[in-house]
Amino acid sequence: MANGIWAVGELADGRPTRVTLELATLARTLAEQTGRDAATVLIGAGATDAAAQVAAYGPDVLAVEAAQVMEQPVASVVAPRLAAMVADREPDYLLVAASTDGKDLAGLLLGLLELPILANGSSVAWDGDGPTVEMSTFGGRLVTHSSFTQPRGVLLVRPASVVAQEAATPGRVGSVQVEVSAELPPVRVTDRVDEERGGTPIEEARVIVAGGRGVGGPDGFRQVEELAQALGGAVGATRAAVDAGWVGYAQQIGQTGKVVKPALYIAAGISGAIQHKVGVQTAGTIVAINKDPDAPIAEFADLVVVGDLFEILPRLTEAIRARRGNGQTPA
Amino acid sequence: MRILVLLKAVPVVGTERLDDALRTDRSVALEANGNDEYVLEAALKLTEAHGGEVTLLSVGPPGAMDPLRKALAMGATRAVHVADEAMRGSCYVGTARVLEAALRRLEYDLVFAGADTSDGQGGVIAPALAARLGLPYLSYASRIEPAPDGRTVTIRRLRPGGYDVLEAPMPALVMGTQVLGEPRYPSLRGIMQARNKEIRTWTLADLGLDARSVGAGAATTRVLRAEPPAQRAGATIIREAPETAVAQVIDLLAARRLI
Ligand SMILES: Cc1cc2nc3c(=O)[nH]c(=O)nc-3n(C[C@H](O)[C@H](O)[C@H](O)COP(=O)(O)OP(=O)(O)OC[C@H]3O[C@@H](n4cnc5c(N)ncnc54)[C@H](O)[C@@H]3O)c2cc1C
Ligand SMILES: Nc1ncnc2c1ncn2[C@@H]1O[C@H](COP(=O)(O)O)[C@@H](O)[C@H]1O
Repeated sequence: MANGIWAVGELADGRPTRVTLELATLARTLAEQTGRDAATVLIGAGATDAAAQVAAYGPDVLAVEAAQVMEQPVASVVAPRLAAMVADREPDYLLVAASTDGKDLAGLLLGLLELPILANGSSVAWDGDGPTVEMSTFGGRLVTHSSFTQPRGVLLVRPASVVAQEAATPGRVGSVQVEVSAELPPVRVTDRVDEERGGTPIEEARVIVAGGRGVGGPDGFRQVEELAQALGGAVGATRAAVDAGWVGYAQQIGQTGKVVKPALYIAAGISGAIQHKVGVQTAGTIVAINKDPDAPIAEFADLVVVGDLFEILPRLTEAIRARRGNGQTPA
Repeated sequence: MRILVLLKAVPVVGTERLDDALRTDRSVALEANGNDEYVLEAALKLTEAHGGEVTLLSVGPPGAMDPLRKALAMGATRAVHVADEAMRGSCYVGTARVLEAALRRLEYDLVFAGADTSDGQGGVIAPALAARLGLPYLSYASRIEPAPDGRTVTIRRLRPGGYDVLEAPMPALVMGTQVLGEPRYPSLRGIMQARNKEIRTWTLADLGLDARSVGAGAATTRVLRAEPPAQRAGATIIREAPETAVAQVIDLLAARRLI
């Protein structure tokens, strides 16, 4: 597999995440463009069962069973196994999701193998003899294009940077046994606590309704949640709302939160500070509800409703529900 | 308890720019990376409650002195500043080498790092150091609790919808998030005391590192070009009464097949 491009997949409850299918698609496209070999590596509990679904996206799947991910942080189990496979088969490039587990994994590989890293990629292209990675930086004021200086490295790719597409011919599935020379120092998961009811993670949501300081408190947030629910979407928030404790950190969008790319983003009581903007500026359609027509969000929204969100949100929720009731479902 | 806080000096948020070689310009005013101030605050609270000291470690240009002084004024015990012209233009591999070499010369029970940096957004240095130093790695912490006997540390690791509780023997490396809590402001007294606190400066030679193993010459990645982001088309502004406004929103969403 010298000359190889590997997509490194992620499993959630034994199922491939959406970004896994995106990375498999990306590995296939890059390999086709450059006459290289592509593979998807799946390491975890249930990897073999999940492999067939991932193989539909093209690259052959190397599935490694690792039940330890139940008791230890995922990256600490995946890293030594992936490092052993990389040392053995010498792929040139690894595509890793820029998720929390993915960044941990890339960092551990940097430690174990001194593998170079291009971080936080929002798209990947091929430029002559290697990949180039586009990254939004400096609070969204600049877009950079970077490359490796030698032909190997890890590319951290953000979710929703590519559209997952099944291949004409599916790849094959192979089970791989990996000998790990040394495990990483032990970290035990002693408990798993669910605080908020499940629902789509905001990185994967097609519709996000987000609230900021303008919603005024937890009660105001309920109106945001109701609209999200009517639209079948997820709830997002600014740092101001998260710091105030109205909603959990997992919901925060922006520089120190998540970068999202929904088809529809509705922002209620959000000023649109640069640190928030960078998390959402590539959304399909952005609708803002704000008392202040001069709020910075007007600079990147498609539609700004000037008014009191407490008057707008309930009516909007009502209107959406009415359409649903009429049998008009989302496209 | 001895806590070592990794503090990166970054360009003041909002003023970042690239230099002529397309590298982040670090000759501008620097401040402590936002995420690093959260873990510093956590470290100060822990040592205030349980005793111990907080050592800062920063690898970076001369301008890193200012944020280090501020962190000392917040309450850190001492600082180590690794500065060497030869480090300029280092990539993650180079930066990790320098931090690793410095950490091998320091003593600690816990190392704290921020979740990522405002100028690089990597989030990879902390796990890299843990792997190189053979330290247990606990990431995305929203709470950090060392056991009273000083043998183990327990953290809450944030994930969508909740958190996992992780436990590891000390010494360990903990990467923390904003949820740890707002950093304090230095008090006047703190500012006065900081004047007498020690800032040790190390060069690559002090760390036994070959200058050719770091810096621009050894960089494994490079920026090829940069441009401002594509602008979105201007917004339509609706100032009608709520009913009419909502009807217009519905029309737009329907026209774009979003509902
Ligand atoms: C290093 C750093 C990192 C950061 N990271 C992030 C990040 O990841 N994500 C993030 O979001 N922020 C981040 N921030 C904070 C950011 O700078 C802003 O402070 C924050 O986004 C503001 O949140 P907001 O829009 O909710 O509040 P505000 O800026 O206070 O805006 C509230 C808005 O609500 C409107 N409003 C008030 N009442 C009503 C009403 N009744 N009806 C309609 N509109 C109303 C107001 O006109 C105003 O525009 C970061 C800051 C720093 C320095
Ligand atoms: N040059 C540096 N000096 C000190 N700490 C650093 C440096 N670079 C990175 N770190 C630490 O590693 C964390 C993650 O950095 P990064 O992976 O570059 O986003 C930061 O929040 C710091 O705690």
